[in-house]
Amino acid sequence: MREPPHIRLLACGRRVHLQDGPIDLILEAWGSPAAVRAAHRAAASRMNGLLDELCEELAILRAPVGALSPVPQGTVARRMWDAVRPYADECFITPMAAVAGAVAEAVLAAMVAAAPLDRAYVNNGGDIALHLARGERFTTGLIDRPDQPSMIGTAIVEAGDRVRGIATSGRHGRSFSLGIADAVTILAGGAADADAAATIVANAIDLPRHPGIVRVPADSLAPDSDLGSRLVTRDVPPLSDGDRDQALRAGLDRAAGLIAAGRIAAASLHLQGVTRTIGALVQTHQETQPVRRMHHA
Amino acid sequence: MSKPLPIRDGDKIRCDACPVMCFIKPGATGACDRYMNDAGDLVRIDPHVILDRAVDRGEPLVHFLDRVEDWDGDPVKAGSRFVTAIGAGTTYPDYKPAPFIVSSQIDGVDMVTVVTEGIFSYCGVKVKIDTDRHLGPERSPVRAKGEMIGHVTTGEYGSQMLSLGGVNHLTGHGKKQGKVTCDAILDLCNGKPVELTVDDGATVLVQAGKPPVVNGVLEERMRVGCGSATIGMFAQQWFGKVDEVVVIDDHITGVLSEHQAGKVLGVKETGLSMTGRRSTPGRYFEVAEPGTGWGGTAIEDPLSILGLFDPKVAWPGLSMLMISTTGEQHGYYELDADLKPVARDLPAALAESVERVKENCEPALSTVLFMGGAGGSLRAGVTENPVRLTRSVKDALTYVTCGGAPVYVWPGGGITFMVDVTRVPSNAFGYVPTPALVAPIEFTMRLEDYAALGGHLSYLRSLDQVLAGEGGRKLPQLDGNPWPLSPSDSKRSHG
Repeated sequence: MREPPHIRLLACGRRVHLQDGPIDLILEAWGSPAAVRAAHRAAASRMNGLLDELCEELAILRAPVGALSPVPQGTVARRMWDAVRPYADECFITPMAAVAGAVAEAVLAAMVAAAPLDRAYVNNGGDIALHLARGERFTTGLIDRPDQPSMIGTAIVEAGDRVRGIATSGRHGRSFSLGIADAVTILAGGAADADAAATIVANAIDLPRHPGIVRVPADSLAPDSDLGSRLVTRDVPPLSDGDRDQALRAGLDRAAGLIAAGRIAAASLHLQGVTRTIGALVQTHQETQPVRRMHHA
Repeated sequence: MSKPLPIRDGDKIRCDACPVMCFIKPGATGACDRYMNDAGDLVRIDPHVILDRAVDRGEPLVHFLDRVEDWDGDPVKAGSRFVTAIGAGTTYPDYKPAPFIVSSQIDGVDMVTVVTEGIFSYCGVKVKIDTDRHLGPERSPVRAKGEMIGHVTTGEYGSQMLSLGGVNHLTGHGKKQGKVTCDAILDLCNGKPVELTVDDGATVLVQAGKPPVVNGVLEERMRVGCGSATIGMFAQQWFGKVDEVVVIDDHITGVLSEHQAGKVLGVKETGLSMTGRRSTPGRYFEVAEPGTGWGGTAIEDPLSILGLFDPKVAWPGLSMLMISTTGEQHGYYELDADLKPVARDLPAALAESVERVKENCEPALSTVLFMGGAGGSLRAGVTENPVRLTRSVKDALTYVTCGGAPVYVWPGGGITFMVDVTRVPSNAFGYVPTPALVAPIEFTMRLEDYAALGGHLSYLRSLDQVLAGEGGRKLPQLDGNPWPLSPSDSKRSHG
């Protein structure tokens, strides 16, 4: 039975939870009380029908993007397609790689259009679209494994940075990964761009010939996965320091290329307890947890 | 509640909760992670982790409980809710008040529950594995993924004991060992299976509340008693139906005709001779090497532990039952003209007693107790004067729970407690990369006692405030756990 979207204000009185099928948004806005209320209403009304519209074009959105592939018509679907198009000539990618970011952007756009806001964010399961008026900033916490959450770093985004999207991808999230990264967080111009790039960089962190890595066809897990029978990562054994660094290097190379090409601003790569960052804006906590402070419980 | 049957394709279910219409395989969830194919049933599951961890450092109270699910019906005790620390978050290393300090009224007394998640560097698990099979010598290293994470400790009744984790394996032997140790004990605490190997011993798959799998063999039963005790328990039932019974056990193998229980009944001598070392009459130590054969020995052929029958005492046709302490292995023999035992079909009269031995064996389980110590900064989240909390716990004014489950607080210094992980709601444990485990811990006390020990009264929130807007995940009280706010109402098996 089709469940209607869930829309509610959380206990803190500031954050709104919107959920419809796999779309799961937490959003918050800053501004005058009237503006915040208008933004909440706009977000809720934008959610109405958004998932249904995407699902009408689901077949196109699940197909790899190439020169001859059909272009979807819906606004959000088209944004997904545009976000992945730069990668289509380089590797396999479908518009689904940008779905979470594109949805976050669409809801944020509706909020910003409805009222003047100082700040706002829409967080779609870790893929975040940001609005920052002049002089404003956001501090975002990074976690490596959603199944065992722990904060590994922070990203500070200021209005002048031109970063308006943060996305995280890895093998512990809701979608499958072709790579072995625990988490890759990308800061980019838009949430959809960050989402697509996070997928690409997470896929690049890999050890293709490592015998201990367990991979299975995506469609053996989720029969209608857009990844079809491509092998997705199910388990990664503890890696030697050399192997881990080699995999991270491959990801850093890919991220460096994306920064040079102006597609992203910064990346934070996390694999088996080690975090590497490239570009500005991301700080990791690893060095800020000195050993002497450990005996605390 | 009756629902229309979902569309199926083989063992896959088509979920119709949203227009994505996922096909979901058994054991898998749909794209939303909210609906699952649970052995053919489409069920809504409760997401158990809190993804939204954007911490606003400026606020003294941190809301981490944003992922809320509707819960059909409310199996929570009517009018009574207890907020557990799961997902409450922790304020370490800033000694801020604990994330949730909740007050509620119970029996007319204002009660305060301080809810926090502790980061436990000093923690580990004690694992009890119900098996007589030899898992490895005491003191042997126990490994996960090749790293030493603990050791075999002294055996207990019908069980092998492992001591895993602890501060030295977590933080004292390098990053890799720490991480593997942390992962293994976290998985054990969250009820996931973990494969452990013992140096010079067995490989055992351990999962809290599930039977152990030793060297690939599922252990189904716990022995009824040692070999000697088994003789004592069943002598009456065997008397008159068989001339001799040998109960094979790695610790004490029992022989009916020599055992006190047989003597009392007047069982005749049989002239049987045994390998091993005789302890007292009818009780033998070390009849064979320990192993994974009969009764925790390496024995595959039970006759291998017998010497020749004394021709002056034994007689052709003498009947003998050999059985392990779980009844899983047994053989029936009669002596031929040369006084050699020959295997025969088990007579019906004895089959019953073999079944009885099996029936009296409890199901074998692996059980896991989490053990952790709540130290300075965690206590500081509860009160401005941490040692008073310790004293209050010792004085039994403050009741400690772990995810709402009763704990045993170890006497002596500190607040070191143990909890049966199966009594804690699912996936309640987490970790931080230091590495250390994050476990929920709640301190419940009377409001006036809380004030007396220097509690953070200005951060008190009423239960209604916490529950307003459904700011948490509601769970039914786990069966058998005493209600944390009035633990003395219930039968307490712990603490």
